[in-house]
Amino acid sequence: MEAVATIEGRAIPFGAKNVDTDVIIPARWLKTVTREGLGEGAFENLRKAPGNVFDAPEFADSPILIAGDNFGCGSSREHAAWAMLDLGIRAVIAPSFSDIFASNAFKNGILTVALPQEQVDRLLEVARTSPITIDLEEQRVTTPMQDRFSFDIDPFRKKCLTEGLDEVGLTLARDEAIQEYEERRRRHAPWLAMGVRENA
Amino acid sequence: MASKPRTLYEKIWDDHVVERREDGTCLVYIDRHLVHEVTSPQAFEALRLAGRKVRRPDLTLAVPDHNVPTTARRGPDGARLPVEDPQSAAQLAALERNAPDFGIRYIDAVAAEQGIVHVVGPEQGFSLPGSTIVCGDSHTAAHGGIGALAFGIGTSEVEHVLATQTLLLSPSKTMEVRVEGTLGPGVTPKDLILHIIGHIGTAGGTGHVIEYRGRVFEEMSVEGRLTVCNMSIEGGARAGIIAPDETTFAYLKGRPMAPAGEEWDRAVAYWRTLATDPDARFDKSVTIEASAIEPTVSWGTSPEDVVPIGGRVPDPDSFADAAKREAARRSLEYMGLEVGQAMTDIPVENVFIGSCTNSRIEDLREAAAVLDGKAKADGVKWAIVVPGSGLVKRQAEAEGLDHIFMSAGFEWREPGCSACLGMNPDKVPSGERCASTSNRNFVGRQGPGARTHLLSPAMAAAAAITGKLTDVRDL
Repeated sequence: MEAVATIEGRAIPFGAKNVDTDVIIPARWLKTVTREGLGEGAFENLRKAPGNVFDAPEFADSPILIAGDNFGCGSSREHAAWAMLDLGIRAVIAPSFSDIFASNAFKNGILTVALPQEQVDRLLEVARTSPITIDLEEQRVTTPMQDRFSFDIDPFRKKCLTEGLDEVGLTLARDEAIQEYEERRRRHAPWLAMGVRENA
Repeated sequence: MASKPRTLYEKIWDDHVVERREDGTCLVYIDRHLVHEVTSPQAFEALRLAGRKVRRPDLTLAVPDHNVPTTARRGPDGARLPVEDPQSAAQLAALERNAPDFGIRYIDAVAAEQGIVHVVGPEQGFSLPGSTIVCGDSHTAAHGGIGALAFGIGTSEVEHVLATQTLLLSPSKTMEVRVEGTLGPGVTPKDLILHIIGHIGTAGGTGHVIEYRGRVFEEMSVEGRLTVCNMSIEGGARAGIIAPDETTFAYLKGRPMAPAGEEWDRAVAYWRTLATDPDARFDKSVTIEASAIEPTVSWGTSPEDVVPIGGRVPDPDSFADAAKREAARRSLEYMGLEVGQAMTDIPVENVFIGSCTNSRIEDLREAAAVLDGKAKADGVKWAIVVPGSGLVKRQAEAEGLDHIFMSAGFEWREPGCSACLGMNPDKVPSGERCASTSNRNFVGRQGPGARTHLLSPAMAAAAAITGKLTDVRDL
């Protein structure tokens, strides 16, 4: 994962609520065995509409998307995060996110910034004319109009994002602890620990 | 000293913490990992690139389900038929190769045990009470019906579990959905969960694990509990769970991968300790009166958009929230519905009985009981039954249910996810409606332009007979 520090640029003032992962990337795009090239299918059905905000020239290559409540609800498809990344989106600002989407975004270095609705509304307004800056270290969203909004982030996620850590590598380094746990389980819950085998 | 009273979720969580980090994140052990063809290829590829192995292939089970065609898989000569769509074929081939390459047990598409991962897991006894179960699919929540902590994960997490058998997680908040009283005749677990989602909203459970409590669930079959927990994600909760009890144990005993003999007795003794302690506290609590619930159907493009079958299409202006009003207007336009239209006046051209929500033997019995001796209406152009697994299919055939369905004009298909998400050829044509026992009515979910009405298997059967949404109690 690439390290994340500051994300700055125009932000797509999308604003819709309950955006599900079928909207972000329809199922027909899931028949791939790679992570690349999904940007073409990102928000496909919305982008069929002429004059849609995603394809407006002023928002070309915007690194930020602003959305409504419960962004990314629905399926666990990480293709949603891959498609957004391929579209150039590095951060999403919304009042709330679905748990699985937030996790998938994080694993791909996409920052999910949860702010109260009134601050999101303000940013939707600012985004129409001006760029927005997200400073991960300071946990702050700022605008040229002097708006300053602080956001919370899980400290572990922040560390992984700022240092670009490989989470699988981190956990593999804890192998001893995992082995100890497995030893304990063999004694206390052998029916789970011993692995799946079929009864005769 | 007595320990602090804990919920079922907290007990399972505590038993799976490998280590707690200073920042509160926990390394959590995963007991069972289900893998399917759509969300795994990139995970296996990443392992290969990094030269990593699967830590516990013996805790992992791979089954193809999302892409597999539901038409015959073998020709008249017994030879295996190729999958026509080249992309689907490539994805299925990748799983077929990855499973043996990494030493994982694989259930082939032509095996009798093949089916939807969330039907296969409980059916094989792979999913057990008190275990942690994950799969790269949000409906993994289903396994909460047997008392497991089960939730969907993304592909990076699939890779993490394959490599380490753990996940780094923060504890969830706890939410109790208590249902008082009993369900009326013709009201099924599907109606109950649709009603619950309508009540709490699609983000009502975000950040929480829901425990479903009350006599309704105690008296419910395991199949019904799987249906309820399955749709927890539609209420925003990553997992839903019901305490394991005698019904659960009776369901699991003797299943191929369930413990046996002395180990079974030990397991049951442990499972009996899992129920939420009497004084345990939930972060959030919702109470619902069962007797007020009627057969329930969806009208919009979010699973929270539900009304009783006797109800009408709501007026978007009736919603308090401005964003919801706008969303409802867009939904009605997409769904081609008029404000105030009676739900029972809505015609359907397609009927789909299947999906990880409603494709188990009880679901098929429920639908067949309504259809017995009847035929689908002329206006219904396409009606299919897709059993959840080969074993469900075989059981249904032994009971003669296949004949009831086929006599009624339904197609009797091979197991898979099918028209729930339209990744295989089973899709609803644009602009047409589908009475569907699946779990999502999102825009384009069952095919571009398809209009989905979510309902129970009995209600789907009723709609097939009359050609419109129908109160099954009136038939």
